[in-house]
Amino acid sequence: MKKNILWRFALISFTVLFAILFFLPNTPLFSRMPSWWKENMPDKGITLGLDLQGGVHLVFEVEGERAVEITTERIEQSLKENIANKKLSAEVTREGLAIAVSPNSMDLRKVIEESFPILTPVETGTKLVYRLSDKEANRIKENAADQAIETIRNRIDQFGVAEPTIHRQGTNEIVVQLPGVKDPKRAIEIIGKTAQLEFKLVDDASPIAAEIPATIKPGEEEALLKRFAEKLPPDDELLFERIVNRETGEVTKRTILLKKHALMTGDLLSEAKVNIDQRFSEPYVSITFNAAGAKLFEEITAAHVKKRLAIILDGSVYSAPVIQERISGGSAQITGRFTMDEAKDLTIVLRAGALPAPVKMLQNVTVGPSLGSDSIEAGKLAGIIGTILVVLFMIIYYKLSGVIADFALLLNIILLLGAMASLNATLTMPGIAGIILAIGMAVDSNVLMFERMRDELKSGKTPRAAVDSGYHKAFWTIFDSHVTTLITAAVLFQFGTGPIKGFAVTLSLGVAINLFTALIGTKTVFDLINSKREVKRLSI
Amino acid sequence: MLELIRNTKIDFLGKRKVAFILSGILSIIGIIAIIQIANGRANLGIDFAGGTAIQLKFEKKIDIHEVRKAIEEGGVKDFDLQDLLTVNKMLIRVKKTEQQLGQLSDMVTGTISQRFPDNKYVTDSVTVIGPKVGGRLRVDAAQAIVMATLGILIYIAIRFRFDFAVGATVATFHDVLAVLGIFFLLGKEINLILVTALLTIAGYSLTDTVVVFDRIRENLRARIKEPVERVMNVSINEVLSRTIVTSFTVLLSSLALFFFGGEVIHDFSLAMIMGVIVGTYSSIFVASPIVLLWRAKRPFARKQKA
Repeated sequence: MKKNILWRFALISFTVLFAILFFLPNTPLFSRMPSWWKENMPDKGITLGLDLQGGVHLVFEVEGERAVEITTERIEQSLKENIANKKLSAEVTREGLAIAVSPNSMDLRKVIEESFPILTPVETGTKLVYRLSDKEANRIKENAADQAIETIRNRIDQFGVAEPTIHRQGTNEIVVQLPGVKDPKRAIEIIGKTAQLEFKLVDDASPIAAEIPATIKPGEEEALLKRFAEKLPPDDELLFERIVNRETGEVTKRTILLKKHALMTGDLLSEAKVNIDQRFSEPYVSITFNAAGAKLFEEITAAHVKKRLAIILDGSVYSAPVIQERISGGSAQITGRFTMDEAKDLTIVLRAGALPAPVKMLQNVTVGPSLGSDSIEAGKLAGIIGTILVVLFMIIYYKLSGVIADFALLLNIILLLGAMASLNATLTMPGIAGIILAIGMAVDSNVLMFERMRDELKSGKTPRAAVDSGYHKAFWTIFDSHVTTLITAAVLFQFGTGPIKGFAVTLSLGVAINLFTALIGTKTVFDLINSKREVKRLSI
Repeated sequence: MLELIRNTKIDFLGKRKVAFILSGILSIIGIIAIIQIANGRANLGIDFAGGTAIQLKFEKKIDIHEVRKAIEEGGVKDFDLQDLLTVNKMLIRVKKTEQQLGQLSDMVTGTISQRFPDNKYVTDSVTVIGPKVGGRLRVDAAQAIVMATLGILIYIAIRFRFDFAVGATVATFHDVLAVLGIFFLLGKEINLILVTALLTIAGYSLTDTVVVFDRIRENLRARIKEPVERVMNVSINEVLSRTIVTSFTVLLSSLALFFFGGEVIHDFSLAMIMGVIVGTYSSIFVASPIVLLWRAKRPFARKQKA
């Protein structure tokens, strides 16, 4: 009997020791520990959730369909070239994700299906209609999401955020968590920018160009596009350049008719940096191409001297200068009335590369650092007051036995914090609520046992027998009531988002630990008291 | 020995008609709340409805009417404004926006900075939820409630007889419906954190029910000749003090959370307080009478003969 108590006593002491060891990094004491300690002992502790330390939680959706469309567009271009190379004549058009080729001839089919086996025919009547196979489309979407994560990670690294979390959710969503980020708005802009840099020729020669008004007011773009939708040549598109009048600050949109086909894109870029314009002392971004890019740029400029080449970022024209002569050396400038921060951010996204498809923001939860620290303070206060209330009540209602229950409660809190630290769990505000609720629930098991003991004492049992049968008889009641709480906590963990997961973690750990402290902790104390001598009266 | 409740002999089951009327009303309000929520006519939080919530902390006292006017004049429509219990904090919620996500919060904060230049503020939090996420969270929450209920029903059915499981589940549903209904009547926001509280209530309110059922089961075996109703009454009276004490300790910590825990979990604590009270009531007045009713229809006599 005595050996048994000793063994349990040792078990409790060890768990408490471990709990303290794991929780130490969360206390100021840890920084004063010797270095061998810091190197060899647990150093992670409990992590504060975004809602407590401040930061942003973002969910983006990668528009995979768009990536498929971009690929289809590329295939359309090379298909045209292939057909031309084979000296065949055909009309190739694209509508969304479908490429139509007419007329329908065996020769054309052969060319198409040999050069692009990933295309599957969907219509073979008077004209041939092809689409990317479902398998290929899915692969592209899958790739787009993977690449987008890579690119976003690069951008955030360059922007400079400590310990960002970036992961995929489902097939096409990306979750980005940036704890403690100072300027969330800028971070969101950097992540969300597609940063698709393109160089396209301005189609000034088209007769329709003269019909289009040269400038419009902001907001009129859509109406204009609608008006000219039918009239534009099939290979052309209409984009806008934002013009700010230096004197009045008035913003207008200049219309620019472009050849759809991009001569060059930003993927051949090797460096982007901010420079300051001498005349207006305004920042601009200068970009340098890699060797292949420089060669291509030289060829393009040589072939189109005296024509205008537009620099386009994410569908907006930034400038469209006339090519005066062949440009070698491989560099270009992007100007656009940037602020210093905007220019810097642009270099970040250009260096990190374009997203394979646009991303759409689905969710943004930003918590400022002040709310986080307010919440922590409020949580501490509520926790302390809650504990004091429960502790006092137990002592008043159950006397010395109440003290034992309070000892178990304290044990419960220590072990709960230790368990969270050892799992390196994240503490959120609902998580703090979970701890405080667990404090209230922790004494429940003791209440159930004490009431049982009272029953047993009333029926005339000795204190020792009352303790034993009280524990024995209350066990299943306690077990059942804990399991039902654990079931809901498990469901909450399964479906909850960050903060609520935190609640499920603290609540379920609290309840599980409570089983231990109530069944082993307090029982040991009672046995210890009873083992010395036969107690005449139980203070309960 | 300090005993607040000693040797009571209250006829709980005799009062079941009154209890059923009260519980019936509470449950009907809860069901109405669910119908209204499904039809989008309740005060759904932005996590379910989609939209933008901005919480600001001002340096000095600020008049809520002036802020309302300023935002209205800034061109934002269909928003609501709420003073938080912490001093100088304000919550602005805009539902279902046509604008691109993110732009709206800039619009609101821009307007406020412009209109109140000498009362600086910090942005406590900005939450923007797109309609797609909102819809998904609604489905998730509904699934979670169904899953939790099923899980509890199965567990109770394994540990107790099926009729007890029916009683426990009805009582649990009753608690969840009652709290949801009261929240709905009070015009409180129905959001994820409330669903979390409801699930916690579902799990916790069972504690009391299990305590009562355990004793009824035990006494039914010992007092096989007595009528079930009397055994139930005796059992409830026997465990009355622990039913109330266990709930009271959780009530104490919920109260501490409610008064000192800050605005983030204010409504959560309110729901917990209601849940604990309703849960205790239902484990005494709802769960056992349901078992009794259920047994009255079944051949209970068979059990007695056996």
